[in-house]
Amino acid sequence: MTSGTRPAALVPERYAFVDLLDRVLATGVVITGEVTLSIADVDLVYISLRALVASTATVAAPPLDGETEPR
Amino acid sequence: MADDVGLWLHAVTREFDPASVAGLTGVGGGLLRVVAAAGLTAVVSPVDLNEFGAEPLRRNLEDLAWLERVARAHHGVVDAAARLGPVVPARLGTVYLDDTRVRAMLTERRADFVTVLQRIAGRTEWGVKAYTVPGLPATAEPSQAPAAGSGRSGAGTAYLRRRRAALSAGEQRQQAALDSAEEVHAVLGGCAEAARRHPPQDRSLSGEPGLMVLNGAYLVDSARAERFGETVAALADRFPAIRLQLTGPWPPYSFTTIDEEEEASR
Repeated sequence: MTSGTRPAALVPERYAFVDLLDRVLATGVVITGEVTLSIADVDLVYISLRALVASTATVAAPPLDGETEPR
Repeated sequence: MADDVGLWLHAVTREFDPASVAGLTGVGGGLLRVVAAAGLTAVVSPVDLNEFGAEPLRRNLEDLAWLERVARAHHGVVDAAARLGPVVPARLGTVYLDDTRVRAMLTERRADFVTVLQRIAGRTEWGVKAYTVPGLPATAEPSQAPAAGSGRSGAGTAYLRRRRAALSAGEQRQQAALDSAEEVHAVLGGCAEAARRHPPQDRSLSGEPGLMVLNGAYLVDSARAERFGETVAALADRFPAIRLQLTGPWPPYSFTTIDEEEEASR
């Protein structure tokens, strides 16, 4: 993204899905229904998603020295 | 209403013309409709509780294909509604048993909805993610780890030294990226009506070779969206330690929750 960046940036479908998940599962319950996902449920979604992605990944990114997930 | 049918909440708006959603379907394939109370309108769709009830829902969340289909369907409705006016999107998986419960919720939370709808009117959300830029490795990885029990052998010490040097180069690179991300977030926050950071995405999910050091969301006046995009481009040039990625416009998902501090101070 070095030049000509326009507001309507395009990202590959799968990664856009993760961005979407960050939002539709955004923390902080504003509305409570008879069924409401808890923070724990949301965490589980990410855990199972990571497990699923890891198990289906064909090419894993090589680990980078000295860098750890900041999570 | 049948016992096994619930109402999936997509979004809450002020006034909403039911005709504008006529013929559209929600997450479970059911036709969208509206439930109104207290000057607010809930956009809902019928769902089968055998699929979307509490227990089946939690089970289904582990099914990536199901989750993706539901998340995209939910987003499709929220996005369509957001084009017609300010909406408060519901978190994925908010289900009611019947219209009465929806009306009670609208009435009870009216003040919160009005506050949020005012905050987001005429504004959209933009996402800006920043990643470290993987450089050349500082030192080559040793071809093999030192044998166990090698004690103070020169090979082991040299390995540790190389390892430390590599770590420190990596750490420096990461620190520079983190510092850049802080500045980028501060600058973008200054161009936005509100800003927040989502937890960084795991590398396995982001699909990026670099580490995510910023997963920012910015609430921007629609009239200033273009300038916001230009600012992101300028920041990308100014901070070579990170790579920026812009997404949007999104319905204001990240700015429709009631902050915990706000909640606590009431």
